[in-house]
Amino acid sequence: MTPSMRAVGPIVVFAAAAALVPLAVDSDAWLNFVVLALFGALMAQAWNVLAGFGGQFSFGHAVFFGTGAYAMAALQVRLGVNAWVALPVALAAGAAVGLFIGALTFRYGLRGSYFALATLAFAEIFRILANTFQFTGAGVGLQIPLAKGWAALQFEGRAGYLYVALAFVVAGLAIGTWLKHSRFGAWLQAVRDNEEAAQALGVDAYRVKLGAIAISGAMMAAAGAFYVQYLHYIDPALAFGPHYSVEALVGALVGGMGTVWGPVVGAFALHLLSDATRNAFGDVPGVSLMIYGALLVLIVMFAPRGLVGLFAALVSKLRDSK
Amino acid sequence: MLELSILWPSIANGLATGAIYALVALGLTLIYGVLHIINFAHGAALMVALYGVQLLFTRYGVDPYAALAVMVPAMFGFGYLLQRLVIGRASHGKDENILLVTLGIAIVLENLALVLFTADTRTIETRWSLATIDVAGAFIAVPKAIAFVGVLAAAAILLAVMARTDLGRAIRALAKERQGAKLVGIDVEHVFAMSFGIGLACLGAAACFLLPAYYVNPTVGNGFVLVAFTIVVLGGMGSFAGALLGGLLIGVVESVSGLYLGESLGQIGIFVIFLLVLMFRPTGLFGSKA
Amino acid sequence: MNAVLLAASRVSKSFGGLHAVQDVSLGVEQGSITALIGPNGAGKTTLFALVSGFLRPDDGEVRFSETRLAGLAPHAIARLGMTRTFQIVQPFASQTVEENIAVGAHLRHARRSDALERARAVAERVGLASQLDKLAASLTIAGRKRLELARALATEPKLLLLDEVLAGLNPHEVAEMLPVIDSIRRGTRDAPGVTVFLIEHVMQAVMNLADHVYVLANGRLIAQGSPRDIAHDEAVIEAYLGHGTAERLRAAGRVR
Repeated sequence: MTPSMRAVGPIVVFAAAAALVPLAVDSDAWLNFVVLALFGALMAQAWNVLAGFGGQFSFGHAVFFGTGAYAMAALQVRLGVNAWVALPVALAAGAAVGLFIGALTFRYGLRGSYFALATLAFAEIFRILANTFQFTGAGVGLQIPLAKGWAALQFEGRAGYLYVALAFVVAGLAIGTWLKHSRFGAWLQAVRDNEEAAQALGVDAYRVKLGAIAISGAMMAAAGAFYVQYLHYIDPALAFGPHYSVEALVGALVGGMGTVWGPVVGAFALHLLSDATRNAFGDVPGVSLMIYGALLVLIVMFAPRGLVGLFAALVSKLRDSK
Repeated sequence: MLELSILWPSIANGLATGAIYALVALGLTLIYGVLHIINFAHGAALMVALYGVQLLFTRYGVDPYAALAVMVPAMFGFGYLLQRLVIGRASHGKDENILLVTLGIAIVLENLALVLFTADTRTIETRWSLATIDVAGAFIAVPKAIAFVGVLAAAAILLAVMARTDLGRAIRALAKERQGAKLVGIDVEHVFAMSFGIGLACLGAAACFLLPAYYVNPTVGNGFVLVAFTIVVLGGMGSFAGALLGGLLIGVVESVSGLYLGESLGQIGIFVIFLLVLMFRPTGLFGSKA
Repeated sequence: MNAVLLAASRVSKSFGGLHAVQDVSLGVEQGSITALIGPNGAGKTTLFALVSGFLRPDDGEVRFSETRLAGLAPHAIARLGMTRTFQIVQPFASQTVEENIAVGAHLRHARRSDALERARAVAERVGLASQLDKLAASLTIAGRKRLELARALATEPKLLLLDEVLAGLNPHEVAEMLPVIDSIRRGTRDAPGVTVFLIEHVMQAVMNLADHVYVLANGRLIAQGSPRDIAHDEAVIEAYLGHGTAERLRAAGRVR
């Protein structure tokens, strides 16, 4: 069995387990939790492709989220397009914005802090544009009319949304596995670890980074599109503000950058934590993000390889002591 | 459209705002120049300082300008401890880690403020809040005019410290040559922390000048972060003169483009400039390092 | 006479006021091991960077197998069949030895399993077979040098540019590497011979391995020839030992 075949097993188990949740669990709160955790996982996966595998740290990933969200919303509300048709367009828009930003930043060799800042600048520019034009509803934003039935990509109850989110996350896991076991993934990780050395070995670093940001953009746009269908509303601050940029980043970091399961583990851990704090401290705005920020600092200081890294270290310690 | 009577007030106001931006950017430049870290927590730290000034005024009746005596040392101490205890420990030698840690600190500070003070926007009303002075035909709010003068004074003090004192010399040595500075016996960790402290002290001063003419809420820092970075990059990473002039320039650009494009769209001008500078002239207008 | 695989004609490069490489012309014969030597700061690594696409020459031309390399990016040149290593080793630190070498192998093999297989074969040749699963960051300096070599070899180049691949190795490690480099040039049953162009300070390697030697000093080519010719060349001795020492040696009859 090849390594990539072995990797499929856990993905299938995870998918099956998650798919069974609506059948096993009645509580609306728990179903909502799983939906939101999967949504968080998708965003963390998206960020992980570019930063974990590609080494390019984006601090403004919301630029893709908002693109997907507004594409999804505007196509339905302004142009009457069916949600299922709008969805691939939203993903394509995310990829296109990724290529645009990548072409500008990578061509001019922006890396590290400069790249992070540039993504922030783009997110802000998009926010201002969304806030200005009537097509995107300006400051008021856009609202998707409620429609019954899956033909409009809306569902009664949470289960339908859970399956959609799950489908995306499974696709994300497949993409992560592909990155671990493919030529493109090997090239991407080489560029991350040492761009010059990779170039000397024949890797077209520019093309590879572009590919990564396009994939990452499309995945994040999927999250934005999902958000709009689930919550029926989007505005410039939600779409392009720092909240989802942070959630994507912290989720991937806490779970373990550059791994297949890190983003999923991290997102679920974060959501468990914020649920726990909500139970302990009530629904005070800012508490969960504050905890995310503190976690970010702590993980970087003490466990830079994230939860998956900690687990792997534990396993090898147990193995060594035998 | 280019009537001086409309343009000049816009420029004058832009200069006053730009002076504040410059002071914020000076602190950032110092931190980048010495520690080579991009301090993502700079905006949040400014927000903390602004709340400090606001609380001193509303709880204890301390005039914002008198608050300089409290805020500058307090922010210095805060910065020193932050670098010494948190940021310095987290780097593990990798730049990306510092990026992430300062981001994390920013998130914690912002949301802590949200929890403690709610999202309400707060302002203060001082004796001079509503007064204006006539500057060659432009009516500038008195707090803004005071800010302009105050910032120039603070910048002069900062530059004097850097040029004349032992600490300033140590900082400059460390900025230029890390290993060499260690060999000469400079306590690197201490000087790093001092530099970070001074950088935040600039924010303490900036907050005292800024609040009377502005406002504070938990997210006010965000607006300053990108602007401050734009200035630092534009002026040349590590150049004080560049940060000062860059700040004034950006203030004017923001004001004038707001005049022609409207408040909202005018903001875009700054970010577009930022991207253009990053791409085409990353050493900035006065930069020394590539 | 074999074909000239790499030809540099009148190549120059300056940085500000520093003339790093001045008017250098040289040729590397196919199937040879050609050495580039010279004192520190002579411009050897700069020349490698110019020839492999990492720097643009200010003047002059570089041809590889008759193809002009002007303006080609490093990765394109690698695809043409010229791979370089770096003086300061650049491993992919967070990846294993096997994964490192596989990156090189992927240039010619798209499938992951093929690349990994090739990586294992190359590791065998170079003496890293027992360390395939180790993280590159955990290797000794000798191991990292071998890894650098293995990665480049895995790209199946026609010409290998080795930048001080023996630097930092003790005499025993050097003695182990020399036959490896020679076997790279000769080729094996499974792998064709590879032309080698190397920068070296370890004279033992140069004398024993090289067919032809070029000597660079202060950015200029001051001598070329067989290793024996070079060893007795006045200009070379002066470049390495300085004018004063060369004079004294001459006076003492040590140098013709």
